[in-house]
Amino acid sequence: MNPGDGPSLSAYRRQEESIVLAPVEEQLRSDSDEATHELLTLNFGPHHPATHGVLRLLVTLQGEVVRDIKPIVGYVHTGIEKTAEDKAYWKVIPVVERMDYLSYYFNAMAFCGAVETLVEVEVPKRGQYLRVIHLELNRIASHLIWLGTSALDLGAISIFLYCLREREMILDLFEMSSGQRMHTRYFQVGGVIEDIPSGFAKKLREFLKVMPERADEYGAILNSNEIVLQRLRGTCPLDAETLLSLGVTGPLLRAAGNPWDLRKADPYSSYEDFKFKIPVGTVGDNYDRFAVRLAEIYESVRIIEQALDGLPEGPFITEDRKVALPPRHELATSMEALIHHFKLVTEGFRVPPGEAYYPIESPRGELACYVRSDGSSKPARVHMRDPSFVNLQALGPMTTGSYIADMIATTAMLDPILGGIDR
Amino acid sequence: MPDATGLELLAGELGDATLETVYFRERAMLVVDPAQIRAVLQTLRTKGYAFMASLHGVDHYPEEPRLGVVYELLDMSRVDRITVKARVPLDAPQIESVTEDWPTANHQEREVYDMFGVVFEGHPDLRRILMPEDYEGHPQRRDFPLGGEPVIFTRDEAKWLEHRE
Repeated sequence: MNPGDGPSLSAYRRQEESIVLAPVEEQLRSDSDEATHELLTLNFGPHHPATHGVLRLLVTLQGEVVRDIKPIVGYVHTGIEKTAEDKAYWKVIPVVERMDYLSYYFNAMAFCGAVETLVEVEVPKRGQYLRVIHLELNRIASHLIWLGTSALDLGAISIFLYCLREREMILDLFEMSSGQRMHTRYFQVGGVIEDIPSGFAKKLREFLKVMPERADEYGAILNSNEIVLQRLRGTCPLDAETLLSLGVTGPLLRAAGNPWDLRKADPYSSYEDFKFKIPVGTVGDNYDRFAVRLAEIYESVRIIEQALDGLPEGPFITEDRKVALPPRHELATSMEALIHHFKLVTEGFRVPPGEAYYPIESPRGELACYVRSDGSSKPARVHMRDPSFVNLQALGPMTTGSYIADMIATTAMLDPILGGIDR
Repeated sequence: MPDATGLELLAGELGDATLETVYFRERAMLVVDPAQIRAVLQTLRTKGYAFMASLHGVDHYPEEPRLGVVYELLDMSRVDRITVKARVPLDAPQIESVTEDWPTANHQEREVYDMFGVVFEGHPDLRRILMPEDYEGHPQRRDFPLGGEPVIFTRDEAKWLEHRE
């Protein structure tokens, strides 16, 4: 007797057994079935834990397969670019830091770099090295948040707590050097606001010793997890050619095998002094995206080690009193310093008219700041070329034709930061 | 970077499409005729500037033509950047879309349209991207006031609606 035709079975049980569990692709392949599969439009987000922010995706599904995807953004648009036009140059730094809230040092670096290009101010070597230390620490912090939240999306909860544990160490270091854990306003036009305090180097070395071990642990946990591997390997690949046409840079492009990294290709802030490798992937699937970012943590640690070992003596901010505040102790003795201080704090410095585009390598790709000056002490235009905003366009080409569950993994591996997208 | 001479040579090759060349702080910029923008960018693409790093808007208030669209092109093999700018007047802010050649321009052109009101002809889906769909005005223009946005709270929503009528 077949289990299906017994009268003892409930209607629900019979219906359940009638469902064919053939792979969805096969169902889609036959034309006759195609007509019977109606399309479903699913509104995904804006408030959904797997969208990594206030991102809304209009997903058109055929069965479980994604047929079309339309990102809708703008929910956290705060008009930062507009606000920046109303502030003196040095007051813009804390505003732009709040764009991509996981990589605030990078935002400040791009803006300061653009203004330094316009004013033609030279950053002292020590300032450049201190910038590199903080940039790379911030890159690790950003990658840790990405790793934790991505693993959360894939169902691994504990790794999120481990990642936050190491990020905490980085935030403590930021607190030591600048007094703030996030949005530190440490970078200034012409250098950094303060030298690192005593004890910073020791604490940083402790972190540098711990971090590679911990990254080994993350790799060991995730690379031996069959579920994670199955969800990442071979899912949603995209070739480098398409990624380039979509303007995608950063770890996503490197995962597809193109070793484009601005730190190597077009070094800024003394990156040419350091030896490091650029991790690249082979096929550009989700696993490569994961592996490239994890490997970048080790490289960042190497860069920080070299920067700390070779940290030159000297000033940490430019001596040009027209753009940088004089040291506090000078105010009591020097009339000139007092005038400069007063002038900088009230009006700010004036910038020669012109335009500058300053690209740097952020944890998500090419982050660039475009500044147009009209000669006054306020910028006429500040635009951030945010990598998240540009990279988001690749979500459609990546996920079309794959399962909706892979779309979640791809969104996580895309690492979009909505504060940066909406600005 | 193309040096000042390289920029002039490039401008010479582009012929009458070039309106102005600017070499400032070791960065080369071509100001080109907006009517020929797509042809210019395609020519530059054949010269190696194949990657469109960024596309953004700028307002030259109060000078006319006021609105500018800035294209940042990058040659990845020579690590060479060039900026192309096309300026359109406020009363006829039309320019050809380059989304077909560079899919990356899609969202960025939408942002420029949203913020400055430049109309990209031939764009597949020219809608606002950051501001709400029913928003009036283009907030990044220099003559758009900062602040003063009305905020409707639930407690006085009825009053607001009354006020509107």
